[in-house]
Amino acid sequence: MTLAARPGELTALSSLAAFAAGRRRQGALAIVGVTLLCLMLAVVATGQGAVQIAPARVAGILMAKLSGHDELLIGRDALVVLNIRLPRVLLAMLIGAALAISGALMQGLFRNPLADPGLVGVSAGAGLAAAATIVLGDRLLAGTGFTLPFAALPVGAFCGGLVSTLALYLIATRQGRTSIATMLLAGVALGALAGSLTGLLAFISDDRQLRDLTFWSLGSLGGASWAKLVIVAPIVLPLLFAVPLLARGLNALMLGEAEAYHLGLPVQRIKGLAILLVALAVGASVATAGVIGFVGIVVPHLIRIAIGPDHRLLLPLSALGGATLLVGADIAARLIVAPAELPIGIVTAAVGAPFFLWLLLRRANHVDL
Amino acid sequence: MSTSDEHGSALVACEGVGFAIGRRKLVDQATLELHPGRTTILVGPNGAGKSTLLKLLTGELQPSAGRISFDGEALAAVPGWRLASRRAVMAQQTRLAFPFTVYEVARLGVDGVGRRLPRGQREALIGQALSAAGVLDLAARSYQTLSGGEQQRVQFARALCQLEAGRGAGPSQALFLDEPIASLDLCHQLALLDMARSLASRGVAVLIVLHDLNLAVTYADELVIMDQGRIVARGAPAATLDDALLRQVFKVDLSLSRAPAPGLPFLLPQQHRAQSAA
Repeated sequence: MTLAARPGELTALSSLAAFAAGRRRQGALAIVGVTLLCLMLAVVATGQGAVQIAPARVAGILMAKLSGHDELLIGRDALVVLNIRLPRVLLAMLIGAALAISGALMQGLFRNPLADPGLVGVSAGAGLAAAATIVLGDRLLAGTGFTLPFAALPVGAFCGGLVSTLALYLIATRQGRTSIATMLLAGVALGALAGSLTGLLAFISDDRQLRDLTFWSLGSLGGASWAKLVIVAPIVLPLLFAVPLLARGLNALMLGEAEAYHLGLPVQRIKGLAILLVALAVGASVATAGVIGFVGIVVPHLIRIAIGPDHRLLLPLSALGGATLLVGADIAARLIVAPAELPIGIVTAAVGAPFFLWLLLRRANHVDL
Repeated sequence: MSTSDEHGSALVACEGVGFAIGRRKLVDQATLELHPGRTTILVGPNGAGKSTLLKLLTGELQPSAGRISFDGEALAAVPGWRLASRRAVMAQQTRLAFPFTVYEVARLGVDGVGRRLPRGQREALIGQALSAAGVLDLAARSYQTLSGGEQQRVQFARALCQLEAGRGAGPSQALFLDEPIASLDLCHQLALLDMARSLASRGVAVLIVLHDLNLAVTYADELVIMDQGRIVARGAPAATLDDALLRQVFKVDLSLSRAPAPGLPFLLPQQHRAQSAA
């Protein structure tokens, strides 16, 4: 039965088991390591700002809150931590996780390491809807006596992301089969269209609206509040638990759609679910924090380099890594020009774009779409 | 539908199957049966429709005419996961976008079909398949860095994994190989074909698309010749091949020798055939 029996193959069989066990151990260590790093950064970020609070004090306040000792939670520090910093850090974690995991999902779906929600126009669609809400919302309501409700912007952005994803999906689907290549190309076109329409809106907007638009397109966690968290968390948290269910399917899709079908996977359902999850994640993120670029491309890449491309590890590690990165970027955004703060999109793009270029240069020999 | 002949009931059968893109018929009126324990080899010139017919039989493409059945059921009605435990497919060439290791690629064969097996058993299956395909020593290497021939052997190992993991899911299984030896050296060509035959002798219905007529004649229980979308001949190799047909189908002057002619290089690998027949 053996094709090419070679001396030493029996020892190779046992070393194969050791190899597999080593990979598993490496994955578990990475998950524990990144989780610890994320929690540490979160505590640091919670203490950072106009009012400096030592990490130990932050930890003390959090422990007191978690263990229900509310009588210890008096004074300014507790107020700042619980009402201002904590929702912001939690929002950074949720959005970072959502963006990074959407990037990993899209790259798996498109079988392309350069795919990203920003690339296929999902973010642009969400951004366009947000811009339309900012610029046109007041004009449409002028004279009716109504004012734009607080939730209009996030809901608009969310719908924009969903509509552009759906459009993308419909364009690329013929007779029940989705062509990933068509989808990628259509996404670039839709993204350009959304970008030009957003530009048009900027052109007709007044000064105040233009400033809102600019900040929106740069991304910011500045408006974080428990109210926003309550909107985002119910969308992003279930997603973080649903996505790992796709890991086996995405692994098989690496071989190609036909091969994944031969392996017994419901290919069309996996693709549909992945696309829906990406739309939800990106819509929710853009809705609450504007357009934050490059998290979805940088994080999965780093993890592939460090641990490998197996989606069973890549997806959870991307979520953890994305959360860590965005918390870190938020610390930087608040420190660099303190006491003011930079839009976080500037920080992630300033780090992400050079990194992206480095990736391209590194693999200059074989970038094929 | 006739799903039985002198070899017992067919595992995969198609009758009058056609596949067209617009007006161009890639496969026309194809009737074929694959039986457990038999190796069927599909030959024909480029563009004859061999790969398309294989894709129709695996369910990857839906026929525009005719019927295809798997174990007596309409192929389209068999759920994908059940089909996956009964048949494995190896495509002409499989490239990966990400640096999966050889071990991980082979593991894909058992991840779905063998997900209910205990982990130790799954790992043993992977090890055996890698070893059988002669790529065990490459297990930790990145698939992307392998040569085309090595990649083909890894894909063969993956297909073996899938068959092994699905064993017991039904009375018999099928294996589809689309030009599996296109990038292999002579030694590994013969080794892979031997392996396919030994699977057939274990009761697997094997269909191979092949270009080398000498090897096709050597390894086939049934030879199927396609030309311009149609099956033009089908039967035992010795009875199916004749000069006129080959000249017509392949558009080359050739003469068929029953024995190596003196002075002419005629490669007929006999050693492996003798071994697996014994």
